[in-house]
Amino acid sequence: MTSLADPKGGRPAPLHTTFLGKSIRLLATVAITLLGLLFVTFMIGRVMPIDPVLAVIGERATQQQYDETFIALGLDKPLIVQFGIYVRDVLHGDFGTSIRTGQSVAEDIRRVFPATLELATLGTLIGVVLGVPLGVVAAVRKGTWIDQLARLVGLIGYSIPVFWLGLVGLLVFYGILGWVAGPGRLGIFYQGLVEPITGLLLVDSLLRGNITVFKDAFSHIILPASILAYYSMAYISRMTRSFMLEQLSSEYVTTARVKGLSEWKVVWHHAFRNIRVQLITVIALAYANLLEGSVLTEIIFAWPGIGSYITTSLLANDMNSVLGGTIVIGAIFVGLNIFSDLLYRFLDPRSK
Amino acid sequence: MSAETSLKEWLLAEEPQSRRQARWGAWYQSWLTFRSNTLAMAGLIILVLIILAAIFAPLLATDDPFAQDLGQRLLAPGVDGHLLGTDSLGRDIYSRLLYGARISIYIVLLVAMVAPLLGLVIGTIAGYMGGWTDEVLMRLTDIFLAFPRLILALAFVAALGAGIENAVLAISLTAWPPYARIARAETLTIRSADFIHAIRLQGAGPIRIITRHIWPLCISSLMIRVTLDMAGIILTAAGLGFLGLGAQPPSPEWGAMISEGRKYILDYWWVATIPGLAIFAISLAFNLLGDGLRDVLDPKEGGA
Repeated sequence: MTSLADPKGGRPAPLHTTFLGKSIRLLATVAITLLGLLFVTFMIGRVMPIDPVLAVIGERATQQQYDETFIALGLDKPLIVQFGIYVRDVLHGDFGTSIRTGQSVAEDIRRVFPATLELATLGTLIGVVLGVPLGVVAAVRKGTWIDQLARLVGLIGYSIPVFWLGLVGLLVFYGILGWVAGPGRLGIFYQGLVEPITGLLLVDSLLRGNITVFKDAFSHIILPASILAYYSMAYISRMTRSFMLEQLSSEYVTTARVKGLSEWKVVWHHAFRNIRVQLITVIALAYANLLEGSVLTEIIFAWPGIGSYITTSLLANDMNSVLGGTIVIGAIFVGLNIFSDLLYRFLDPRSK
Repeated sequence: MSAETSLKEWLLAEEPQSRRQARWGAWYQSWLTFRSNTLAMAGLIILVLIILAAIFAPLLATDDPFAQDLGQRLLAPGVDGHLLGTDSLGRDIYSRLLYGARISIYIVLLVAMVAPLLGLVIGTIAGYMGGWTDEVLMRLTDIFLAFPRLILALAFVAALGAGIENAVLAISLTAWPPYARIARAETLTIRSADFIHAIRLQGAGPIRIITRHIWPLCISSLMIRVTLDMAGIILTAAGLGFLGLGAQPPSPEWGAMISEGRKYILDYWWVATIPGLAIFAISLAFNLLGDGLRDVLDPKEGGA
C-alpha cells in the first residue's frame, strides 16, 4: 500500500508510475509479446503449402476420413477461433504431434532441450570468463595493443559465420590435432552408462560419480561450447569496454585516483562495481543469442539439441515440431530479454 | 594538374557560390574524413573488389561454374589449373565463388531495400500519427524485435518454401524493426519542427509531409544502420543457404557450398573452407565500412 502512496503525502501517484502499475504494464507487455509470437507461428502454420489434414492421415485416406479429421482438427471453425484453440493448447504445453517421431512435440522438446541448455550455458560461462576481463582491460588500456586485440576479436566475431567456424574448429582440433572428441554428445561406448538426473551430461556424470563419462562428455562439449563462447565473448567484451569507458571518464574515478588509490582498486572496486548490473543484462542477452546461435552449431557437431530438432523437422516438413521449437526458443528469448530489463530496472537505482 | 587543383579548391571553397558547390563540397569533406580512416578504406577496397569480381565473373572465371566433371572431383587447390580446387562433383571452386558473389550481393541489395523501406513506412507513420496508431505499430515492432531472428527466418522460409526470394523475404520480415524504431525517433524530432508546421499551413496533407519532407531526413541514419546490418544479413543468408533453405543447388551460393563441402571436411578441407573465407571477407568489409561511415556521418556515436 505504501508503494501506491505519494511520498510527499499528497494525492496518490497515478497508477502507471507506481511499482504496482509498472509491474502490471510489464506483465501486459510480456503477455502481448508472447501472444504475438503465437500469432506469428500460427499464421506461419496456416500459410504452409502442406495440407495439415493429409499430413495426419496420409494420402490414401478416404474422403470420409478426410472430413472427419478436418473437423477433428478444428479447421472448419473461423480463424480467430482456431487461434484461440491454438493458444489454449500451447498454454497447456500441447504443441501437437510430431509427424516425424510420432510423439508429442512437447515430449520431444523436453528430451532434446537439456543438450542445448548444457551447450549454451557452458558457452556463456566461457564467454563471460574471457570476455569481461578482456573488455575491462581494453577500456583501462585504451588504444594499446590489448584494446586493438579486443576490437579484432569483436570484428571477427561479427563477420565469421558460426557454422563455418565450427567446421574449421572440427577440422583443426579434431581432424588434425586430435585434441577433442568428434561430433556428438558422447562416445558410442559411453552411451546410456549414466542414468539421467538433470539431463545435463556433465552434471549427471559428476553426480553419479562416473569420471570416465564426464571426461568423454567434456571432450565432446568443449569445442562447440568454445565456438559459441567466442561469439558471446565478442559481444560481452565490446559492451564491457564501452560501459567501463563511461565509468572511467566520470568524476568519482578521478577523485579516487587523486586520493591515491591503487589502479587495481579504482578499476575493480569502484568502476567495475557500477557496471555490474548493466553487465548482467548484457550477459542475459548474450545467453539468449547463444540459444539461437546453437541452432547452426548443433548441426555441425551433430549435437542432439533443439536446434538439430528444428532443422531435421524442417527438412521433413514436420511443421508442428518446427513451430513448437520456435515457440520454445522464442519464449525463452523473450523471457531473457524481459529478465534483463527487470534486473536493470530493479537493481540499478539510477534507472528509477 | 591545374584542373585538379582548381577542382579541389572549388570543392573546398570557404564560401560556396552555389547550392551545388556547397553540396559537393560537403560530400568531399566527408570523403576526406572517410579516407583518413584506414580500416574503413580497407573495407571499401575489399568490397569494391568483390563487386568487380561479381560483375566480371564471366571474364574472370576459368571454368563453367555448373560444369560437372566427375573425373576431376575433389582436386586440391592448384591441381590441373583449378586455382582453388574442385568440389565433389568436379566443379571449379574458384569459378563458383565468383558467380556466388553475385548471389550474395543480390540478396544483400534486395534485403537492404526491402527491410529499411518497411521500417521507414512503419516508423514514420507511427511517429507522425502518434496516439493509438503509434502504440499499436510500436508494440508490433517490439514483438518482432523480441524474436530470435534466425529462428523466425527459418520458420518463415519453412512456410514459404526454400529459395532465394523467399529467403530475402524472410530476412526482411525479421530485419525491419530496428529501422522502424530509428525512423520513428527521427520523425518525432522532425514532426514538431517549424518547417513542418509551415508546410502544413500551406495545405500539405500527411502523406505528402511524410513522403516528401520526413523521409528524406530519415535516410542518412537509416543508411548507416543498413551498412552496419549488411554483415548480419549476409551471415543470416549464408546460414539459410547452409541449412538448404536459401539458394538451391546447383546454385553456387556460398553457404550452400559450405554445406556441400561439409561431408568432406576432414579429408578435403578446401571444399568447405574456401567459401567460408569469401563470406568472412565480404562481411568483414561491410563491418569495416559501416564503422567508418558511422564515424563520418554520425560523429556523436563514434569514437568512444
